[in-house]
Amino acid sequence: MATEIQSGKVHVQTTINGESVDFLAEPRESLLEVLRDNLGLTGAKEGCNNGNCGACNVVMDGVLVNSCCVLSVEAAGASIETIEGVASPEGLHPLQQSFLENAALQCGVCTPGFIVAAKALLEENPNPTEYEVRWWLAGNLCRCTGYDKIVRAVLDAAERMRAEA
Amino acid sequence: MAVDTRVGQTIKHHDEEYKVIGTRPIRHDGLEKVTGEARYGSDINLPGQLHGKVLRSPHAHARIVSIDTSGAEALDGVRAVITSAAFPDPGDKLTGGGEAPGLPLKFKSANMLARGKVHYHGHAIAAVAAANPHVAAEALKLIDVEYEVLDPVLEVWDAMKPDAPVIIEDLYTAKADGTTAEEASNVAAEMLYEVGDVDAGFAEADLVVDREFTFGVVHQGYIETHNATAHWLKDGHLHVWCSSQGAFTIRQELADLLDHPITKIHVVPMEIGGGFGGKTTAYLEPLAALLSRQTGHPVKMAMDRADVLKATGPTPGGYVRVKLGVTNDGMITAGYANLAFDAGGYPGSVVGAGCRCVFAPYNMPNAKVEGFDVVVNKPKTHAYRAPGATHAEFASETVVDEICRTLDIDPVEFRLKNSAKEGDWQLAMPPYPRIGHIECMEAARDSAQWQTPLETAPGKKRGRGIASGFWFNIGFTSSVTAKLNSDGSVTLLEGSTDIGGTRTSIAMQFAETLGISVEDVDPIVADTDSVGQTDVTGGSRVTFATGLAAHNAANDMKDQIVEGLADLWDVAADSITHADGTFSANGNSATVGEAAGLLEEEGVFPIGKNTVTPTREGGAFAVHIADVEVDDETGKVEVLRYTAVQDAGVAIYPPYVEGQMQGGVVQGVGWALNEEYVYDDDGHLLNASLLDYRMPTALDVPNIETIIVEVPNPGHPYGVRGVGEVPIVPPPAAMANAIHDATGVRMSHLPMSPARVQAALAAEA
Amino acid sequence: MATVHIPTPMREATDGAARVEIEGATVREVVERLEASFPGLGGRLVEDGQIRPGLSAFVDGANVGRRLRTKLQPESELFFVEALGGG
Repeated sequence: MATEIQSGKVHVQTTINGESVDFLAEPRESLLEVLRDNLGLTGAKEGCNNGNCGACNVVMDGVLVNSCCVLSVEAAGASIETIEGVASPEGLHPLQQSFLENAALQCGVCTPGFIVAAKALLEENPNPTEYEVRWWLAGNLCRCTGYDKIVRAVLDAAERMRAEA
Repeated sequence: MAVDTRVGQTIKHHDEEYKVIGTRPIRHDGLEKVTGEARYGSDINLPGQLHGKVLRSPHAHARIVSIDTSGAEALDGVRAVITSAAFPDPGDKLTGGGEAPGLPLKFKSANMLARGKVHYHGHAIAAVAAANPHVAAEALKLIDVEYEVLDPVLEVWDAMKPDAPVIIEDLYTAKADGTTAEEASNVAAEMLYEVGDVDAGFAEADLVVDREFTFGVVHQGYIETHNATAHWLKDGHLHVWCSSQGAFTIRQELADLLDHPITKIHVVPMEIGGGFGGKTTAYLEPLAALLSRQTGHPVKMAMDRADVLKATGPTPGGYVRVKLGVTNDGMITAGYANLAFDAGGYPGSVVGAGCRCVFAPYNMPNAKVEGFDVVVNKPKTHAYRAPGATHAEFASETVVDEICRTLDIDPVEFRLKNSAKEGDWQLAMPPYPRIGHIECMEAARDSAQWQTPLETAPGKKRGRGIASGFWFNIGFTSSVTAKLNSDGSVTLLEGSTDIGGTRTSIAMQFAETLGISVEDVDPIVADTDSVGQTDVTGGSRVTFATGLAAHNAANDMKDQIVEGLADLWDVAADSITHADGTFSANGNSATVGEAAGLLEEEGVFPIGKNTVTPTREGGAFAVHIADVEVDDETGKVEVLRYTAVQDAGVAIYPPYVEGQMQGGVVQGVGWALNEEYVYDDDGHLLNASLLDYRMPTALDVPNIETIIVEVPNPGHPYGVRGVGEVPIVPPPAAMANAIHDATGVRMSHLPMSPARVQAALAAEA
Repeated sequence: MATVHIPTPMREATDGAARVEIEGATVREVVERLEASFPGLGGRLVEDGQIRPGLSAFVDGANVGRRLRTKLQPESELFFVEALGGG
């Protein structure tokens, strides 16, 4: 059985972490693949490739998405925020600092996804309850920490950010 | 009421005061991990790199009649296709180093790419290298394999029947007495451990409880999938970048499997996204190496999640029977256990460790334990955090709870009364050294949770359970090389891949010994060419053994500094004292930093080094308390509150000790309540995704309260006991005992999924 | 005399004795004399001059792995145990 290989590439113009970015992609390539393999933004990780683990979380036009479930061509005209854009030249984001201080990571492979997801939460709800944090982060799997220190880190960061606001 | 577990409780049974040990610095590799800059195996991309993919068997048990790769080879973009023929003939060789040395190499080789026969659904058949992963995936569809499908054998109790189809035609049981069976069967090995007189012990008992338990297969569930990139140079040098628990183990396996000189193999450990025992062996590395040799290009391979679940090494399902005899006043008189674990498609399950853990928390005057390692048509199983102990102690701790209920004895009192302690006999082992089971049990008894009555709610079935757990911990070999820089900072090379903050726990021990701050130590996980032999990050051994190597290396460096200063100050070396990081003699004194500067001027640059194979691991005990609520309509069990108590020896880096405890608990809760491989009758794995293989989310668990107990291990200068594994052991039993407390129903299978709990409730009603 | 604890399944070779006393300055010497006193027993512990792959020796509570040169004290206690791996 012969299988036809699709090879026509599509030109996509998009914005990533505030910068205008152009790339060529096959229509079958996911946004995650393009970020990691074409653009060298390897902070988003593949844990499942079907939207169950959240390790590839990015924010697209203000919405938290699993980039493994977005086709790269759908990024055309969109504004995308990845883990690489979370820290500023001045320093770490309060969530990143809080993850460090609360020991909220072990192997660290799920950490970028958690931080991107938690940032999206705090932008929508600056004062979440513990339950709301757990509910929001239920799309991100961590196998190392048992979530305890992650949840505390997010609550801690929220408090710092409210104090600074 | 919210309990602050950010800094958990610590109960010390020693008077040592340390400057660095026991503090909570920010881990050295933390920054890169919160910014996404840390480089994991799949993050590597090399110039000219090709991408590899693996064709896997759709059948659980089949003979491979033929493989036709010509269609794949003809596809544009495909650069190489390999089958098992690409591997050298393993002959009668045995596996070298690593976790399970001494097993026939032919089994490991055939697990890389099936040799003549398929042993499980997902067994690798062929591998392709192509210009990109999509072309490689297309090529797999063009490989034509003809199978003669055979009847699969899926459960140990079926595989052990005399008329069961024999999966490996030349497998002869290795018997406990050292002899070999004469007829082939699926039982790869039998084992027998005995202490005292078990018949006499049972004769003394007033009550004997004898129960059977069964287990589904569970996966370690690390979030990062397996990956490997290999570049085979034309002069035979092979460079491999991978995410493994042990770079040196991968190097040994590559040398064995590819019959290639170890000096030509260079393995670079990338950051690793979890392992838990599942990344202690090679899967993709040899394939990437062979594809690279054939194409002359670097080849990168990564599994998808379905590959990981189908074809890596989950931990066994199987069977455990536990029989305990006690007197009416609650003293154990005898124990018998029988464990049969599925090895998967090739021999070598973790049943032996399970056998030796089954009664470990107790002083057992009379005990007998039999074990069976059984081949079935499932993926070759591997270690998962305290391998074998969770199954075994789920069974024994459930039986202990039943005895306490029957005799109306408090479960804490029963365990304190019968607890193993220093000097008691271990099954087939030397007597226990100083251990902390009693101290853990007392801490659990005094804990906030145990002292707070379970809150009842109208119409709700709530219960509380307690359980103990034991795991040996492992020593193996570790190396550290530490270089003193001229500013007094230290670059510390170590070979243990860091899965959870061990760069820092190793650096802390070095800093403590040399008398510098942990921030002045820069710990680097080095590749196999750059540091001495270091075995896997597993067996809870890194902070223990690599930490010991760091301590020894710091002393070596200290000796060199003393020697240099003795020259400089013109004093005898033994007149120089070292306290709080300052060297003094005869009116001279220098801090480590000042000494480094002074020695630099003399052209002296101390390098402390050590390779160590410690011999006294010191076992670890844990005691857990679970409060649950059981929904009697759906059978769903919710964890309301959870406390984990554990003897860490001395907690070097407490936030990450707590993290190990909390993480182990949640893995154990997943094992207890949800996780299980689901097979159809033909041996197809039906739930090879993270949607259907359901691991706990943040919403499924509460905060996990921790109590670190410190009973120092006499086998380590800082008293360290490994902490990583034992916290997975008690959760299933603690949960089962809590479910019984809530409902009156005893669960005898893991997982205690909603459907099973509901069925058990219905049967009881 | 070192005391060697004989694993239950191998006690056929020692006429059921759970422990035997053997003279020897190293693990190797003890194993060699075990073989001489109880034919067949040494061979189950040692293979090709090495402790059998998968076994570890414990000397006075210390896991000395497969190091046959490990020195013994006159009162040493010696166990042979299956080696363990971990997760």
